[in-house]
Amino acid sequence: MANPSVAVAEQFDDMPQQLEASTLGMWTFLATEILFFGALFLSYIIYRHTYVHAFAEAARHTKILHGSINTGLLMTSSLTMSLAIHAAQKGRQRPLLGFLLLTIFLGCCFLGVKGLEYKSDIDDHLVPGQHFTRNIPVQGQLFWYLYWMMTGVHSLHLAVGIGVLAFIAWRAGRQKYSAYYHNPVLISGLYWHFVDVIWVWLYSLFYLVNRY
Amino acid sequence: MNLLNPPVVPPKTYFWVWFALLLLLLLNWGLAQFNLGPFNLVATLAIPFVQMLLMLLYLMHVRYNAPLTRVFVAAGFIWLAIMADLTLSDYLTRGSVPGTLRKSWEHGAWPPTTTQAPARANS
Repeated sequence: MANPSVAVAEQFDDMPQQLEASTLGMWTFLATEILFFGALFLSYIIYRHTYVHAFAEAARHTKILHGSINTGLLMTSSLTMSLAIHAAQKGRQRPLLGFLLLTIFLGCCFLGVKGLEYKSDIDDHLVPGQHFTRNIPVQGQLFWYLYWMMTGVHSLHLAVGIGVLAFIAWRAGRQKYSAYYHNPVLISGLYWHFVDVIWVWLYSLFYLVNRY
Repeated sequence: MNLLNPPVVPPKTYFWVWFALLLLLLLNWGLAQFNLGPFNLVATLAIPFVQMLLMLLYLMHVRYNAPLTRVFVAAGFIWLAIMADLTLSDYLTRGSVPGTLRKSWEHGAWPPTTTQAPARANS
């Protein structure tokens, strides 16, 4: 049932076509994000290959408990995001808003745990530079440089995601979405899941090296 | 199936994917606790790859998308593969081809050089 307050943009025949165009546009943006993070992952591969032992030594100092909890949190937030999308497709207003708020909450928990982890990293002198810990070979600073850079940029993406979802939740609260029109919920969901995909790789590459 | 009207994925599917993701997380964490030789690296690459596929196909609906959208999804990863291929074919072959640069790390510093550092003027 068409919501008369939301018209299909004039360049599209109908709402499914508009949704397909939006999805295509979002994936075009995500392709640039794949390359952006890809370049950082590539640097990681090259330096890990170059300084195998320094990387193995440096990687032992990441906080695996924080990292594992955060992985679980993000995966659960992906579930609640998917459930929000389902609610939107069915036109259920209250579950939509509820799942969006839950997703935002889990995202904030992730950032909170990350903050505690950063604090603990700083206390352990794991910031590259003059005061870098003497327990790690000097090339290990490259590992920690990549750690701060990549998890930092990832957290920034997550913060942006929280902002986007807050906007979507505000609109959902004002009943702007229906079973007929909910494209923004689907598109922001794509972004949210993408940030989760990046984290899965960060977790494996930064927290699980040489743990035994 | 009308590709322009993606089906509504039942919540059950989302719960199964979530369960599988958490199970794989546990497996990944568990395997990392043991020295499995080269298999450690295989596990830490294969498990996130499977997790990524699950997320892409089910949570991000690539499985249900129109063919054109799937091509765009693949394009991102293909460009990444091209970037990785060209870059690594340089880094991983340095020193093994006559007449090319030595591996930068063989002498501990960049740029690679075999000459001695110039003596200090006041010594």
